[in-house]
Amino acid sequence: MTSRRNDSGGLAAPGLGPGKQQRVLRAGFIPLMDASVLVAAAECGFAEREGLTLDLVRDVSWANVRDRLAFRQFDIAHMLSPMPVASMLGLGSNPSPTITPFSLGRGGNAITLSLRLFERMQSLTGIGEDASALDNARALASVLADMRIRGEQPPTLGMTYPFSSHNYEFRYWLAAGGIDPDRDVKLVVVPPPLTSDALAAGAIDGFCVGAPWNMVASERGVGRIVAAKQDIWPSAPEKVVGIRPDWAATNSDTVSRLIVALDAAARWCDTPENHDHLAEMLADTRYIATEVSIIRRVLAGEFSLDAKGNQRLLLDYFVFHRQNANYPRPSQALWIYSQMIRWGQVGFSEKGSQQAASAFRPDIYRQALGDAAAPDDGDIRIEGTTEGDRFMDAMVFDPADIDAYVGAFPVGSRHHQTSTSHDF
Amino acid sequence: MSNTDLTILVIDENAVRAAIIDEGLREAGHTHVTVVHEVNGIARIVETLAPDVIIIDIENPNRDMMEHLFQLTRTVARPIAMFVDRSDTTSIEAAVDAGVSAYIVDGLKKERVKPILDMAVSRFNAFSRLQRELAEARSALEERKIIERAKGILMKMRGLSEEEAFALLRQTAMNEKKKLADIAQSVVTAAGLLL
Repeated sequence: MTSRRNDSGGLAAPGLGPGKQQRVLRAGFIPLMDASVLVAAAECGFAEREGLTLDLVRDVSWANVRDRLAFRQFDIAHMLSPMPVASMLGLGSNPSPTITPFSLGRGGNAITLSLRLFERMQSLTGIGEDASALDNARALASVLADMRIRGEQPPTLGMTYPFSSHNYEFRYWLAAGGIDPDRDVKLVVVPPPLTSDALAAGAIDGFCVGAPWNMVASERGVGRIVAAKQDIWPSAPEKVVGIRPDWAATNSDTVSRLIVALDAAARWCDTPENHDHLAEMLADTRYIATEVSIIRRVLAGEFSLDAKGNQRLLLDYFVFHRQNANYPRPSQALWIYSQMIRWGQVGFSEKGSQQAASAFRPDIYRQALGDAAAPDDGDIRIEGTTEGDRFMDAMVFDPADIDAYVGAFPVGSRHHQTSTSHDF
Repeated sequence: MSNTDLTILVIDENAVRAAIIDEGLREAGHTHVTVVHEVNGIARIVETLAPDVIIIDIENPNRDMMEHLFQLTRTVARPIAMFVDRSDTTSIEAAVDAGVSAYIVDGLKKERVKPILDMAVSRFNAFSRLQRELAEARSALEERKIIERAKGILMKMRGLSEEEAFALLRQTAMNEKKKLADIAQSVVTAAGLLL
């Protein structure tokens, strides 16, 4: 069920269950496909089976979601995985303690460039239609060098939020190609549903955003997809369920029920036979309000790279449950922290490390689902070492030595010692 | 710096509401008020204006863009923008309820900011009241039109005078414990089906 905020801004009083624990949960979400698990939990009876009612409330910005969770207008929220980490580190406007006991899955992000920019990359470097993400990034670096020589303005690229997987993944991809995201291009924030229009209007020359907005732009013939999140780092955390730690403590039984419901919903979303049903639900005006056929193809990983018919099949484009996708692994929070340090949002400290890791709460996940549901390779693991799960630049992340990891990147804000101003 | 010396930036795509807030701030003695209706080029405006307070509509998806802006300015050691005062939860809750989100640049005292925020909240509420009244007036007009049509149908089909037609509608509404407009609507619908 969905409700828009009414005129007075008031929402229904929270329902209290036995033992005075809350059973009616107001859940804020942004219209994106990675809200699927929440939508399925609310619509397909998974929440009901646990005695919970999920009241999904659509919102327009991540800043709103964050503030409305902090000010108790939401009990739980669909959030970008870096948001709880930023909150625990005290970053951003109005940081209020936020934790996540459950990840909503992986995948869905991609990078799209304007056709004009992509054609220029092709004519300058001769890259083919099936060039790799890294080759595409290097080709863009060549175009940027060419633009500088000709005295042209650097391109403007859109992402979603300063503390977002999109910000870090876009920067990772650019930097892997030798591009300095703070100097060679201009990064701006564009709300996801507006990305395709902004690209068509020439307001931006590319963007990194979640599904289905990359496909919407490519099928409209205004953009070309040049990298998917799998190309950058398949295990990169995406959206999570954010909650307030004090609320979680006083509603521990409810939180356990919620995790059980979300776990069942995530399994359901991962089953291909359910994708027609899921696509129908998501396409509704209460949720994403876009063509069901696009959503269906995005779920299948049938990627339309452009409007010319270039296709790519990404079997794991969306992972809702399998591969321990729901497990809030603290080493992933630490990887997010490393990228915050890399781009100058925060400095490294041992205390910061602890704060960042404390945003992801596998203990609450295990309490609800049992130790058997947890992965067997630990809460803190070295990332990027297994076949099929490497970073695009072959770096390896050792959470025990974040400082050295950040220092090893050839491109990052530590190379900006002389920088005094940002042109934004 | 007195309260009225504050530089205030109002970002609202709704020109009517922006005008109401602008007027309220000026009535309260604030002269350094800048109103913008679109966020294009807002970074430049924020930079040149260096506002003490930014008031933005919470329904504006570009709030995330503002977050990015503050993040960037922070990295070049400009003041941190804050969402009012973190400790003042009630006033923020009221603001969030009313649909206003205020960014107060760090270093401002809560006592100075609170009246501005309160004003913005009350203007936001006044605006939504205005909208509601407008909607009510519109539906009242619609109802009158429907009643006129129902009267016309009864006059024509049953040969009643205008007064008799109205009396019949009112009596039926009373008998059935329904609104006059609802009965009138049924008459119009029925006539549409039967004729």
